[in-house]
Amino acid sequence: MRSGKKRRRKRRKELAGVIFLLPDFLGVICFALLPMMKVVERSFQSAVTAQWVGLKNYKGVLENTAFRLAVGNTLKFTAVCLPLLILLSLALAVLVQKLRFGRSLLKSAFLLPMAVPAASVVLVWKVLFHSNGLINGLLAYVGLPRVAWMTSDAAFWVLVISYLWKNLGYDMVLWMAGLAGISTEIYEAAKVDGAGEWKCFTKITLPNLMPSLYTISVLSFLNSFKVFREAWLVAGDYPHQSMYLLQHLYNNWFRELSFDKISAASVLTSAVVFVMILLLKRAWDTEA
Amino acid sequence: MKKIGGAVMVTVLGILALIVVFPIFFAVTGAITSQWELEEYLSPVLGNADGMAGWSLLPRAPSLRSLVGILMDSPQFFAMFWNSLKITLCVLAGQVIVGIPAAWGLARFQFPGRGLVLMLYIVLMLMPFQVLMFPEYLVLNDLGLLDTHAAVILPAVFSTFPVFIMYRFFEAIPEAILEAARMDGAGNFQIFLRIGLPLGAPGVMSSVILNFLDSWNMIEQPMTFLKTKALWPLSLFLPEIGLEEAGTGFAAAILMLLPALLLFLSGQEYLEQGIAAAALKE
Repeated sequence: MRSGKKRRRKRRKELAGVIFLLPDFLGVICFALLPMMKVVERSFQSAVTAQWVGLKNYKGVLENTAFRLAVGNTLKFTAVCLPLLILLSLALAVLVQKLRFGRSLLKSAFLLPMAVPAASVVLVWKVLFHSNGLINGLLAYVGLPRVAWMTSDAAFWVLVISYLWKNLGYDMVLWMAGLAGISTEIYEAAKVDGAGEWKCFTKITLPNLMPSLYTISVLSFLNSFKVFREAWLVAGDYPHQSMYLLQHLYNNWFRELSFDKISAASVLTSAVVFVMILLLKRAWDTEA
Repeated sequence: MKKIGGAVMVTVLGILALIVVFPIFFAVTGAITSQWELEEYLSPVLGNADGMAGWSLLPRAPSLRSLVGILMDSPQFFAMFWNSLKITLCVLAGQVIVGIPAAWGLARFQFPGRGLVLMLYIVLMLMPFQVLMFPEYLVLNDLGLLDTHAAVILPAVFSTFPVFIMYRFFEAIPEAILEAARMDGAGNFQIFLRIGLPLGAPGVMSSVILNFLDSWNMIEQPMTFLKTKALWPLSLFLPEIGLEEAGTGFAAAILMLLPALLLFLSGQEYLEQGIAAAALKE
C-alpha cells in the first residue's frame, strides 16, 4: 500500500521532469538530431538522383585536393595554436592571480576581445596587415623586412594572431577557475617548509591543474573552428591557400550544390569531433 | 629584489594588455577621426601613395561627422542594426522560454534516459557550425524557412549551449532547500518558479550574456541561410564597407561594438562564471 503510493509519487516526479524538458528536446530533435541522421543517409547517396552509391562519396572527399588542403591547414593551425594559447594563458593566469592590485583591470583587458564582434575589427585588421599597413610600418621602422601578410604563407599567422587575441582571456579565465580550486593551505605549508615560488609552481600548482588542462585543450580545439570568421572577414571566400579552412570548403561546396560531398565531409568531421568529446567526457568523469 | 621583479611583471602584463586592447582603441579613434585625416593616414594602404600607413593615437582634428552621418542619413545601417537586434532578441527570448525549463528538468529530476539526453546536449553544444550547417539547411529547406529570419533564429533557440550553462547552476542548488519547500506542500511547478528561478538567476544571466555575444556576432549562419540582403544583420554588412570609406566603416563598427561592450562591462562577473561553468566539472 505504502510502497504503491511511493512509486506513484516517484512516477509523478519523473513525469514532471520530462514535461520541463520536452519543449526544448522536441526542438533539438527537429533541428539537430533528425537532420543529422538524414545527412548520414545522404552521405551514401548520389547528389541529384539520391541513388545508393556506397562509400563513393567518402572516397571522393578523401581524395579531393581542396579537402586535403583544408584538413591539413586545420591540423597545422591546431598544432601551432593550441600549445601557444594554452601555455600563454596559463602564464597569464598564474601571474595575474598573484597581483595585489590591478587584477580585475587586467582580467577585463584580456577578456575584452571575446565581446568584440569580429565584424567590428575587420577594418582594423585590414589596416594592420596590409602590405603597406601598420605592422609592416613598425617592422620597417626597426629595420626588419616587410611581410606580405595576406598574399603569402604568412596569411596563416594572421589567423594564429586573431585566434590568440580572441581566446587568450577566455582560456585565462578557465585556468583561473582551476587555480581558485587549489587550497591556499597547501601553499602555506610548503612555504613553512621553505619552498620557493618556482618550486611551489612546479610541485603544487601544475599537478593540481592537470585535470583542467585536458578540458581547456578540448574547448580550445573546438573554439579553433570559429577562427573561420576572422579568415573570411579579412580575406573573403577564396583566401590565400595557407588560410583555406574546412569552412571555406564547405561554403564553396554548398554554393555548388555538391550535397554528396558535403554530407560525407560533415559525417567525417562530426566523427572526429565526437571522439574528442568522448575523451573530454572521460576526463570529466575520472575527475569527479 | 622581489619588489623589482614584481614591478617588471606588472609592466610586462600591462604592455601585453595594451596590445590586446589596441585594436578596439584603434577602431574607436578611427570613428572619431575626420575622413580627410583618415585618408591621409591610410593613403599608402589605399594605393594612392608610397610609404607606410600611419596612425596617431588621438586624432588631430576629432570629428563626429562619420558617426553623425551614419546615424542620420544611412537608412541601410539602421535596417541592418534592426535586423541584428531582432535576431538576437528573438534568439535570447526563445532560449529563455524553452531553455530554462529544460535545464531545470535535467538538473533536478531523475527519469529514464536522462543521462543519455544530457550526453546528447553536451555533444551538440560542442559541435562546430561546420558540422551542423548542412543538417540545419535540410530542415530549414523542408520547412520552407530558408531566406527568412526564422532560419537563423530557430536553430539558435534550440542550441543546447544555454541549457547546459543553466543546468550547471540549477544543479548546484542544495536539495535541502527544495525538500523544505516540498514539505510545505509546494508543487513541482511552484518550486521551479519560487525557488529554482531566483536561485538560478546568475546562471540565466550568464547564459543570456554569452549567447547575446554569440548571436550579435553571428556570421556563418546568416551567410549560409539568408540570400536577401535586406535581411542581413550588421555582421554581414560591415565587411562590405571598404577602406575607401574608412570613416563610415569605423563609425559603423563602433555602433555595432557598443551594445556588446556595454553588456560586457556590466555583466563581466556573470560572463566569467558562465565560462567556468561550461568547462569545469567540480
